[in-house]
Amino acid sequence: MTLQINGKQVELPDNVNSVKKLLLHYKLESRIAVVELNKEIVKKEEYEKRKLVNGDTLEIVHFIGGG
Amino acid sequence: MKTRYSRQELFLGETAQRKIRNGRILIIGAGALGSSSAEMLARAGVGKITIVDRDYVEWSNLQRQHLFAEEHAEQRIPKAAAAKQRLEQINSHITIHSLICDIHGLNIGEIVKGHDLIIDASDNFEIRLIANDAAVKQGIPFVMGACVASYGTTFTVLPGETPCLHCLFNHLPIDGMTCETVGVISPIVQIITALQVTQVLKILTGAPIEPILKSVDVWKDERADIDVSRLKNADCPTCGSGPTYPYLQYENQTKSEVLCGREAVQIRPAATREFILQTFLDKLKGLVGNPIINPFLLSCEFAGHRIVFFKDGRAIVHGTNDLRIARTVYNRFLQYYTD
Repeated sequence: MTLQINGKQVELPDNVNSVKKLLLHYKLESRIAVVELNKEIVKKEEYEKRKLVNGDTLEIVHFIGGG
Repeated sequence: MKTRYSRQELFLGETAQRKIRNGRILIIGAGALGSSSAEMLARAGVGKITIVDRDYVEWSNLQRQHLFAEEHAEQRIPKAAAAKQRLEQINSHITIHSLICDIHGLNIGEIVKGHDLIIDASDNFEIRLIANDAAVKQGIPFVMGACVASYGTTFTVLPGETPCLHCLFNHLPIDGMTCETVGVISPIVQIITALQVTQVLKILTGAPIEPILKSVDVWKDERADIDVSRLKNADCPTCGSGPTYPYLQYENQTKSEVLCGREAVQIRPAATREFILQTFLDKLKGLVGNPIINPFLLSCEFAGHRIVFFKDGRAIVHGTNDLRIARTVYNRFLQYYTD
């Protein structure tokens, strides 16, 4: 599956087909993150049911402590 | 002298320069982000800059913390003091205040008074949420910034307009990734600072601010911009209709106290949660000596101190009566924990 993530085209395994699985794939599942799918912010409760399809555009920002 | 700000004035206009001159800015943290934004703002001619930090300069800072030099590390000069000295060399026509202190929810209100804007250059979520509470309470903008490895984020909180940090993360996160555990490269610091200082110049000169949460990974060459206006929470305990400013309350402060006659300090974190001690010990492998673990606590030697860490996050740091040292050791220790 081809997705546009943070401005870059990314090729991902077909089983990475939900927002939840995408966050797991990037090891961001335990972090606080804001995910936007096709210009719309996805609520945390919907991470599992929001499916991803070829060509979707995502923006992901996760928070970090350092500085 | 008249030409000092001429290039900036050509871009922003002369009236803008007067507004910048009247700016009073508080920078929380004189580490990488703090020294970089302080230098830019001093050069830009911001009239009053206060920089607060609890730490001193170490050799490992010099790779990215632009205000400091070898002599500061050799003499272990407090960062706020070293920063003031350098900033006054850069611009002697502005006022620089330095505060060498540990900011917490009970003292931040006084520190923020007399400033129009707060720049977040701290290195942990707790201080960030404390500063967010204080900024919203006093109704002044708060420009968040954070970075680690090659990645950074920034967001500007305009009280009454944008969501606040508390809307964006509704609890205090524990973060195992810090500059001390996974490192950081200087370019990401400069990018995040550049974004923060641009926001500051816009706010001071009255340009509009968009509610955009930004992230950049300079190594992977990625960036993300998300309009977070719809995350503004009407019931937010910080910026909602009945604010309680939880991070400014006594019961939500990390507490430390000297244990009498034991040369030890007890640290009690603000938020209680259950730590998985075996996971923690696995992460600490190679970093600690003589570990002992039982169902209730983990005891080990770390950074020259014996730490007894209880599974609710409370800890006793042995070998010191100094609260500041104990808290530093505790914070460094906790950085290695991830779920």
